[in-house]
Formats: sequence, structure tokens, C-alpha cells
Amino acid sequence: MTLRMAPQAKDPQLLQGSEAIADAMIAAGCRFFSGYPMTPFTEVLEVMARKLPEVGGVCMNAESELEAIGMAWGAAATGTPSATGSTGQGLSLMQESLSEITLARLPLVVLNMGRAQGDYYQATRGGGHGDYRHLVLSPADAAEAIDLIGLAFDLTERWRNPVVVLGDYYLAHTARSVTIPAMKTRETPEWALDGSSGGTRHAKLISPLGTAKQRDDVGYDIAVHYADCVAATNEMIANVEPLAEVESTDDAEIIVVAFGTPGAYVRAAVRQLRSDGVAVGFIRPITLFPFPSDLVARATQGVKSVAVYENNQGQMLDDVRLAVLGNAPVHFIGGLSLDSSGFGIAPDLEVSVLVDRIREVAAQ
Amino acid sequence: MSTSLPTNNPPDEPSRLVDDFVPTLIDVGAHHLCPGCGEPIAMRCVMEAIDERELTARSVAVFGIGCYTAFSNNLDIEVLQALHGRAPSLATGVKRAKPSTIVVTIQGDGDMVSEGLQEVLHAAARGENITCIMLNNGVFGETGGHMTATTVLGQRTKTSLEGRDAALHGRPILLSSLLAQIDGTAFVARGAVNSAGNVARTKKLLLRALTAQEQNAGFSFVEILTMCPTGWFIETEEAPDYLNDKLAAVHEPGVLKDVLGQ
Amino acid sequence: MSDKETVTTRGTLVIDVDACKGCNLCIDACPPGVLVMTDIEVNSRGYRYPQLLAGCTGCKACSQICPDFVFQVYKYDTPQEHRS
Repeated sequence: MTLRMAPQAKDPQLLQGSEAIADAMIAAGCRFFSGYPMTPFTEVLEVMARKLPEVGGVCMNAESELEAIGMAWGAAATGTPSATGSTGQGLSLMQESLSEITLARLPLVVLNMGRAQGDYYQATRGGGHGDYRHLVLSPADAAEAIDLIGLAFDLTERWRNPVVVLGDYYLAHTARSVTIPAMKTRETPEWALDGSSGGTRHAKLISPLGTAKQRDDVGYDIAVHYADCVAATNEMIANVEPLAEVESTDDAEIIVVAFGTPGAYVRAAVRQLRSDGVAVGFIRPITLFPFPSDLVARATQGVKSVAVYENNQGQMLDDVRLAVLGNAPVHFIGGLSLDSSGFGIAPDLEVSVLVDRIREVAAQ
Repeated sequence: MSTSLPTNNPPDEPSRLVDDFVPTLIDVGAHHLCPGCGEPIAMRCVMEAIDERELTARSVAVFGIGCYTAFSNNLDIEVLQALHGRAPSLATGVKRAKPSTIVVTIQGDGDMVSEGLQEVLHAAARGENITCIMLNNGVFGETGGHMTATTVLGQRTKTSLEGRDAALHGRPILLSSLLAQIDGTAFVARGAVNSAGNVARTKKLLLRALTAQEQNAGFSFVEILTMCPTGWFIETEEAPDYLNDKLAAVHEPGVLKDVLGQ
Repeated sequence: MSDKETVTTRGTLVIDVDACKGCNLCIDACPPGVLVMTDIEVNSRGYRYPQLLAGCTGCKACSQICPDFVFQVYKYDTPQEHRS
């Protein structure tokens, strides 16, 4: 049940996460969205279908995820701030295109409303071919999702590189009091296509093979183009600040790391343990790429142990281990926790369950 | 034996240029496509049509992947490069985001009918105001000459060495015929580039397709049969007849649908 | 072959010999049949290339059918008469 108010209202509203995300995209300047219905992404598509035309944007219900990413690719090439999304399986279908969109140096916000947290590798390592990187943002709740959506559109515009926002079923279907920011307008970039550079002898080209035109050079040189992409990626990584939520780590003997909506439960467990006198700290990476490795490394210096919770078989675990780099033993207190639907409702997400698991690690 | 005339320089006698080496919208004439390839002929025809209709400063060409991709960085109109089979969805995104553009796709038969059949059918059904152009030579040329969804029965390719056999390989898809039956399409036609006369006829089809797009009449489609002597394992001078006898006999040239009023 | 002493020629070509890949499409495409491939001579890439005889009509069939952009086609303001 939502209050229907204009996206630019500054008053708080009670919104489902999906609607908050859709409103946030519109406020951030998104004017093209394409998608294919799939749980728990569907409601974002529904809201965009209803609200995007009201601001002069276009929302396409594509016939498959392949068409959805393709349409978003085309719209992005016109300089229109664009987004698409799905859940993990749909993201799987989109991977080839995502790789090539990155090589074509196009901005695009990609929403993965995942089921549980098994898409961490897909998002941060990239499930597509080739050696590319996507920025990955992971909100813990609808309010943070609104901020991160705005950040995603800023980052993708600045770096001409896709940005993935990793959500889940809880994020989609939990209602919360949120404030949608004011509408932002974005300038059309100079590389964008609209036909008008035709006939100038330097008509624009957007291609994963590069932009070398035969008239100016002998043509495409993939080695040169890929080297340029690597350089651009490195510049992006060097200049995007890794973000994390950090709580009570200064005197912690055990630090617990979790991402996404389960992070809220882990945070609650940590606070309960603290009130019981346990020296426990909490880190919640918000940028999954670039991962806040330096922050994790510094915070875990001198601790007795590190515990990682995630709803999968252990994926962010790798990044934590790399950051900790032997400073302390890293224990996995997560695991696959699903109900029979497989949509990502996790029986383990009980503060008491998490408290017990952390205590177990603390006792070792 | 008659003596040949000098042809190194333009004539001294008063005359006018009626056709230049390259059309206005192709930047550079040199390319690595095979001797006798029909695709550059088709590209010239398409670019001349866009120029003639004065759509140069409004056009965006979305390229698929095939031998013709060699032209993607060689045109004086804006180009967006897509993946194999995916041009129609990118073209849809461009046109929906910027309806003032004239959007064409340049795709081969392998790209459009094998890999990307779903994309072109859905774009047609949606009545997207784009013009999809299929260069049909009945083979995957760029990878060396393999069977596609349009390869005709009896046609020898590297994956149908004894000739396409209905029992083993199924039958070709006649895409233009399918598209003509879809309600969202405004103009569907087949042309060929195996003779100067056919090139001229194909140009007219392209102009009509562009008119359909200018009038927002719906999805427009031109299939252009092209020669591929390399992929057909024949001499270059045999290719025009082979095209007539083998491909055009199945994928018949002509206008299959035209909703535009005169 | 005409018995006339001269052949009316309405057009002419500039042929970019080194661009040719010897495909022969122009030979059959030429309506008056005034293009012939060289016999022994080849261009810098080793391909035979077309040569022009008298009688060109400037119809641009060759330039439209050529995959390699070999031809520039001119039409004379006044038709020329060439000895056949």
C-alpha cells in the first residue's frame, strides 16, 4: 500500500522497496527502462511502466532479458540515462551484452533484485566473457537503495561503465518510510548518437571494437582499444571511493562482515552481543566492487577472529579473506538459507540464530 | 582485338561525373571482403538510398556481426555496433529513445535468422518504426561458410558438405514470408544484387522502406540476396547465376507487403 | 560486332586498376559489353582487371555492380565517335 505522490515530493512516504527504487531512478534522471518480468524484480518494471511515461520517459516490457539489455544498450547509446534489470537468472542471460556494453564504454545502471545472495560472484567478478569490471553497490534497505541508485547514475555517467545495484526479495517487498530526492536533469554527452554527425566526414561510432574509423586510421585495433579500456577501468577503480558501514570495530575482538539486507540482521545481532558485553564489531561493505579491502584490512588488524555471514556458499568470503590476508582466522557463519520457494526468504535471518553463530566463533 | 581506351584520368572532353568511386556515405573504398562479394554492392545501394532521401543527418545504422561489419567504421552516418543477432533490440532502444532518428539495421542471414530470429520477429510484431535490412547469402560467411537458417536445400556448406538435407538439417526459413504475415509490418520486400538491373530494383525497395519509416507506418524490411562465391565454393563469375538458380528460387525477390498508399 | 567505321561512345570511365580483385562481375553487367578483362597483365595485387573499349554509354552498371569501388563513370556532354 503506497501513498501516490509526485516523485519530487520531499515529504516522507511509506513505499515498498521496489517502488522506492523506481522513484529513485526517475529522480536520478533515468528516462529509459526495459525489463522482463521475473520475481522479485517484477514490481520495479511495473512501477516504471506506470511512472516513467509520466515524465516523458520510455519503459519497454521486452520479450526476453536479451531484448531488455539490447534495448537499454540502444537507448544508452543515444545518451539517454538508461537502466534495466532482472533477477539472477535474467542477469545470466544478459551477460554477453553486459561485457560488450562495457567495452563500448556506455553508461548503464543494472538492477539485480536477486534471490538470496548467490549472485555476488556474478556481480563482482562479472558473469560475462572478457576482462571487464562493473561497479557494484549493495543497499541494506530501501532508504539506502534510494541513495545508492542516485550514486549509481552519477558513477555510470562519470565513468562510462555499467554499475550494478544488487538488491533482493527483502529489499523489493519491504515497505519503509523513505524520502525521494528532487528530480535531477542530466546533460546529453557529446559522444551520444542522434544522427546529426552524419555527413560531417566524422560520423560518430559506438562499438565494442573501438572508435577508430577507417578514414582516420587503418581501422579497428582491438589491442589498442582493449588497452584503452583497461586504462579507463584502472582510473575508475582508483577514483571510486569504496564505501562500508562500520560499527564498534575499534576495540573489537571479533568482527562480523555481511552485505545487503541480511546486514541489518547481523548489525542487530552485533548490537545485542555488545549490550551483553561481547567485544564484537561489524563491517557492511556497501560497494562490493571496489571492495573496501583497505578498510577491512585496517579494522581487522589485531582481532582474534573474523566472521562472514552471507546467504550463499561463501562468495564475499573470498574478498574478506584477501583483505584480512592472514591477520586473523576467517570463519564462515553463513550458508544457503532458503524457503521452499527459492525466492530468497531466509529462515536463518533471525537475530537469535546469528547471535548464536557469532558466539560460537567468539568462543574458539 | 579492339584497342582499349585510356582510363587513368578523368576525360578532357566536356563531361559530367555520373557515379564516383565510392558513394558519398562510404568513407573508404578499400576492404578485405572476397572478390565478387555481394555485400559491398548492397552497402553501396543502402547508403545511396539514405543519401538520396536526404536522411544522412538523422540516420543511425545498427550493425550485426558478419563480413559486412567491416563497413561499421567506414560510413559517414552514425553507427552503433550490436552483437550477433541483437541489432533489432538495440535499434528499438535507439528509436524509442530518439524517435526523430531514422534507424536501420544491417545484418546477415546468419545473424538475423539463426542467432537473432526472436529479435526481428518481436520488433516486427511491435511494429517498431525501424528498417531492418538482411544481407542474405545463405551462409555464415565470416566464419568460413557454414549453414544458416536460410541455407537452401542442396546447398553445400562446410556443415552441410553433401548439400542441405531436409531430413538431417531441416528446411530454410523464409523470413520475409514470415514477416509479411505479421500485423506490425508495413513494408516487406526481397531484392538482389546479382545484376545492375537488380541493384536498381533493390534501391527502389530500400527507398520505399525508408518512406515507410519516415511515415511511421510500422516495421519495414528489405532482404537483399547477395553473392558469396567463397561460401558457395564457386568461381566469382558463376555467382550471379547461382544466386538466381539456387537462392532466388527459394527466397523469391519481389514486394511481399506494402501498406503505404500510392 | 558493328560494321561501322566508328563507334558512338557516350561515356567513359576512370578505372582504379589496383583496387580491382578480378571478380569479373562488371564484364557481364556491362550492357554494351565494352569491358574486357586483361589477358596477361595483372595489377599490383596479382589480379586481372577490366579495360574499356569504345561504345560506353555511361549507364553506370559497372560502378553499381562492382564490389570494390573500381569505377568512376562519366557521361560526355557530346557523344564521341571512336574508330572501331
